[in-house]
Amino acid sequence: MRLTEEERALAAGAAGPARQWAIGHQIAVGRYLGAADFVPVSQAHIMADTESLGEAGVAWLERWAALPETDRQVRIPTITDPRGTDFAAAARLRQQDWMLALERRAIAAFQALGILMTDTCINYQTIMPAVRGEHMAYGDTGVVIYTNSVLGARSNFEGGPSALAAGLTGRTPRYGYHLDAHRRASLHIAVRDTPRALHEWGALGALVGRLAGDYWQVPVLSGIDRVPGSDELKHFGAALASYGSVALFHMVGITPEAERLSDVADPSLPLRATLGAEDLATFRRGTDRGAGEAVDVVVFSAPQLSLLELRDLAGLLDGRRTTVPLLAVTSPQVKPDADRMGLTARIEAAGGLLLAGMCFYQSYAREMAEANGWQRLATNSAKLVNILGGYGYRPVLASMEACVAAACDGRLPS
Amino acid sequence: MTSFAAAAGMGAPVRGRALVASDGFSARYDLDRLRGVFSRPDHALAGQSYVGRILVLDAAKGGVATAWMLHEMAARGIAPAALVLNRVNPIMVQGAALAGFTLLSGFDVDITRAVPDGAEVEVDPLADPPVLRLLG
Repeated sequence: MRLTEEERALAAGAAGPARQWAIGHQIAVGRYLGAADFVPVSQAHIMADTESLGEAGVAWLERWAALPETDRQVRIPTITDPRGTDFAAAARLRQQDWMLALERRAIAAFQALGILMTDTCINYQTIMPAVRGEHMAYGDTGVVIYTNSVLGARSNFEGGPSALAAGLTGRTPRYGYHLDAHRRASLHIAVRDTPRALHEWGALGALVGRLAGDYWQVPVLSGIDRVPGSDELKHFGAALASYGSVALFHMVGITPEAERLSDVADPSLPLRATLGAEDLATFRRGTDRGAGEAVDVVVFSAPQLSLLELRDLAGLLDGRRTTVPLLAVTSPQVKPDADRMGLTARIEAAGGLLLAGMCFYQSYAREMAEANGWQRLATNSAKLVNILGGYGYRPVLASMEACVAAACDGRLPS
Repeated sequence: MTSFAAAAGMGAPVRGRALVASDGFSARYDLDRLRGVFSRPDHALAGQSYVGRILVLDAAKGGVATAWMLHEMAARGIAPAALVLNRVNPIMVQGAALAGFTLLSGFDVDITRAVPDGAEVEVDPLADPPVLRLLG
């Protein structure tokens, strides 16, 4: 990699050991992935729940946090993905004291590093959306794919260590989706029936993700017959990133880099598949491995819910009463609005629980399942369905309406 | 000795027994990291232990958590010995860089078909080009 004089100085330790580690880490990653040089970034976003970090990761952070302030503080605005708990509700979730203690240590370390504890995976809806062409170092695959695709900004998947490194150096290796050449479409999917509900957008994302198969594929979708809303693209992108590890998609006539198919695709790009309503329904049925069985828990999470999703959820719960736990997860930025507008009270009057600043699968999901006896889980998040099988759950994808019915009746409607 | 050159590698050379499948890899999605086994029910290696094995799989999957989890797994000593992939994503590279983990990716052949499950192999990221060698 070509290094500037400043980057060589960082690598030599001129700005302290944290920045020396950071630039060394970035050079190793950049060399592996063919980066020619670095690109300045204007924000970093760190995924770092303590289930992922473990004791070793938290101790590693604390090492940097113990440095003098001038050596340890990030250089650019650096924000955080959801944490592993909502401290106010940890007892109700039956999370254990050691989990909370580890979370508190991680938070203290991040604060010492100058990181803003936003604790959200919907920062593009609530904090500061990126601008087209802006280079970022974002973690959380849902954040990256939305930022690349819907906003036209530029980021690779930056895992927690690399996002922290970018925060400390103010730059990231220039490879992948920072480069024009990697943003061209590599597979074309036609959509025959535009999804309507959020879970259908997630199902479409999952199917396209399976077809794409890996990080370096860029799907372009044609045939979407209306402009989807932010929450719809949020669920689509989150599922596509989860099932396919995909970081960028285009939608012809909708996303900013694809006004026409020819803007992002060569004429020789073949049509790979056409997807319709029956494909989405088949996918949904395929997640339902215990059709007719009782549901143990209903979860709305992954991504965190927007204010509009919470409004819809509150409306569905008005005048009803849950018989199994119903958990809804939002960001710390949306939660006060939900409180102020009475949405939290309406959800909780029906027996639901509104959580903030965490995400279900990042919050010791396996331990929560064991402590609460949860196995069969209903959700409208295709991403959550994809993740939780490995944590011992039997998740099923359903509409928000069907999930609320399951929370009230104990079973999904047939 | 049969060997397969890789496009890129990092970490130290290691030898061990290969655990092979034409399936993807994500530490969060696929593993029970406490028990050291593949736990996703529909993963080709479901129920099998990965501890000390050289994992030979198709593509990096899933989200960003693996960037921390390789470090966490290595610290507890319940980790694979190395990861060999046809196609890598940045998260695997970032995680391997943090953990000092051995990683190899990018072959002219489908490496999951070229390496027999259970074979003794050597992974040498320091060779030029980086290489996987079948032993015995």
